[in-house]
This record gives sequence, structure tokens and C-alpha cells, in this order.
Amino acid sequence: MLGSHRFLIRRAALALAAFPYQLLAAAGKAEPIVFVADSRRYHGWQAWFTNLYNDSLLMFTVVTVVTIPVVGVILGLLTDFLMARIGINLRSRTVAEH
Amino acid sequence: MDWLYVTMPIAGVEIFWPGLLILGLGVGIIGGFFGMGGAWMVTPGLNILGFPMAFAIGTDIAHMAGKSLISTMRHSKFGNVDYRLGVIMIAGTVGGFELGAQMIMWLERIGHVDLFVRVGYLILLGLIAWLVFADVLQKRRKEREARATGKLQPDAAGGIQWHKTFHKLRIPPIVHFKAAGIRCSMWLPVIVSFFTGWLAGILGIGGGLIRMPSLIYLIGVPTHVAVGTDLFEVAISGLYGAASYTYKGRTELVAAIIMLVGASVGAQIGSVATKYVRGYGIRLFFGVAVVGCGVSVALKLIGSFSSTWRGLLDAAATVLILGLVVALSGFIVLRFVRGARDELRMKRQREAAILSQR
Repeated sequence: MLGSHRFLIRRAALALAAFPYQLLAAAGKAEPIVFVADSRRYHGWQAWFTNLYNDSLLMFTVVTVVTIPVVGVILGLLTDFLMARIGINLRSRTVAEH
Repeated sequence: MDWLYVTMPIAGVEIFWPGLLILGLGVGIIGGFFGMGGAWMVTPGLNILGFPMAFAIGTDIAHMAGKSLISTMRHSKFGNVDYRLGVIMIAGTVGGFELGAQMIMWLERIGHVDLFVRVGYLILLGLIAWLVFADVLQKRRKEREARATGKLQPDAAGGIQWHKTFHKLRIPPIVHFKAAGIRCSMWLPVIVSFFTGWLAGILGIGGGLIRMPSLIYLIGVPTHVAVGTDLFEVAISGLYGAASYTYKGRTELVAAIIMLVGASVGAQIGSVATKYVRGYGIRLFFGVAVVGCGVSVALKLIGSFSSTWRGLLDAAATVLILGLVVALSGFIVLRFVRGARDELRMKRQREAAILSQR
């Protein structure tokens, strides 16, 4: 029974590993897809944002990578403060097991 | 009702923003509880809300990085994060993730991305579900045998113990991971994280779905520490993944921030709820979530081959995945409320006892 499970796992892992290479072999010449945001529809920050996306993906990436953790930390501290208002112990857990 | 819709500046699609908020809340709860990003729910969820698959993956990973950071902050205070293990695993995860992300970009160019992502999901979910349930069943069988023979079953003597075999790998340096309470070759977490990172990059997920069980079954990390360490890992690798997908032009930051607002509340609830649930309880419900997700992916996959049944099967998958998010987050919220209520009652009783002694 255990042997058949191992066999199935091995087969599935092999199939998963081999699949992209099979497709790679069949690819031929493919052109990269380029996305362009329609900045004509927007004004203000949205126009700036879409222009940033169209002009420099590097700067757009920097803005995204900085914004996400900053917003995360601000929201995290805010919700942490609200959670502490409940009155439960937020410094240790009682259940400990593997 | 136009105010309920917001235009996504990059993808150019109108999105129902309360849907983003609720989706963020739900996966925040589930992610904080199970120790993963929840991309397996968010990616199809965003797709259902009207995002193209390419934007859904990038947006999901960006929001996941912020949400996992919030959960890590919370789990860290419970002592559930092994930072040394997390840092060692980052190198492997990032290398594996980049390889997987390059593969998926190429697949997208030849037009097989949706099919590949769904087939990959399905195989992986099947394997993980089998692993988790086999473990829980084995643990229960051992407990029954222990009761029959009158021997006490220690908590650590669980079901599947593959990590004991992997710990025999004694290639130096041997590292002690204090929070996890294990000692093994540094190469074990590096190899495991490279493989899980590669899978995560290919499937467009943060990797928590694969890494959380890998930490438990392959490295031998206790469930609660696996949850916290994995969230730390998801936060870092998710940020890297977000940079990678954003540089390829596939992230909608506005949607990610709306989701993050809901997820910040959910992440706190999910993380604190782990205080009140035993490790095997977390594993069991993790298995249930994986099965539900697998069924919904299978329905979508079958629908893609049949134009007659496609609409019905897609609708069924939508209902199932949203139902799963609601049911699991409802269960976790319930455990959180019960646990917090009991803890507060005991706290009041202790305070009353101290006052009466004076």
C-alpha cells in the first residue's frame, strides 16, 4: 500500500517536472506580450500612476515594493492596537505541541 | 450603484471593491491561521471578480506580502517565528521562485498559462491533501493503539515522521533552530525551500500552501512554529515575487491596497486564533481547505474542455471557493471568539480570587 503511494507520488512529481519542458520544446518563436495602460481616461493621481506604468516599469516596481510593506506595517500597527483593546494576552500562547 | 465599482487604472477593468475587501478579509483570516498567503483562494477569486489571470497573480502576490507581514508581526509575539530558519530558507525560495516565474512568463507567451496553472494546482493539491489526511489518520491510529495498550501517547509522537529520515542527512554545517526546537543540516531547509519556491513561481502563489506542510513533514517543525515561520517567509518571498511580477507589468497596486485593508483585520484574527487550537486541529482543517480548493480547480479545468458545461461548472467553482472562504473564516472567527471569551472569563476569575484573598 505504502509502495503504491510512493509510486504515485514519484509519477506525479515527474509529470509536474517534465510538463514545462515539453511545452518549451513545442514553443517556437513567441513574441513577449506588452501591456499598455490607457492614461487618456484618467486625471490626477490616476493619470500619474498610469503614465508611471507606461514610462518606467522599474520606477513603478519601486513604488509598489515600497508602498506594500509601508501600508502593511501601518495597518498592522493599527489593527494590533485595536486587538489589544479586547484584553486578551497577546504575548504568549497556552497550547504547545507538535 | 456605480460607487460600488472602482476602475483599475492599469488593467482597465471595473471591479466591485467590496468584493476585494471581503476577499482580503477572508484570506487574511485563513492565511494568518494556516500560515500561508492564500493565493490559491485569491487568484481564482480575483479572476472571478473580473481580473485577467496575468494581473490576478501579480496583484495577489503584492497584497500577500503586506498581509503576511502583519501576521508575522503578530505570530512573532507568540514565539511562533524561527527567524534563523526563515532567513536560511529565503535564498532557496528566491532562487526557485525566479526559475518558476520565468517558466510561467514563457508559458503565457505560448498561450497555455491557464491550463498549466490549473493542472499544476490540481496535482499539488491532491498530493498535499493525501499527505495531511494520511498523517491525521496515522496519528489517530497510534492514539487508539496507545489507549488499548495503556501507554501514554506523547504529543510529539504524531503520524507521518518523514523528517526523522531527513534529519539523518548530516552534511555540514549542522544548525540548531531554537524556536523550532530542531537540529539538522543547513542544506535540508535550503533544498526544501528551493523546490517549494520553484513550485510557487510556476503556480503563481506565495508558496505557503506547499511550504507549511513541507516545514512540518520534511523539516520537522512544530505546527505553530511552521505557521509563523512560513508567514515570515511568505512576507519576504511575496515581496520579491511582487517585484518580479510588477517589473513584468502584471500588478494592480490599487486592488492590492484595497485587499490589504480587509486582510489586515483578518490577519490579526487568524493569527490570534492559533492560540486556541491544537497543532493537529490546524493540520486537519488545512486538509479540508486543500480538498475544497482542489475540487473548485477541477471544476474549472473540466469546464475549459466543454463549451456546453463551462458556464455551469465555472459558477459551481465560484460558489465552492467563496463558500470555502466563508466557511473556513467563519470557523476560525468562531474559535477566536470562543477562545478569547474563555480567556477573559478565566482572567476575571483569577482577578476576583486575588481580590477575595485580600
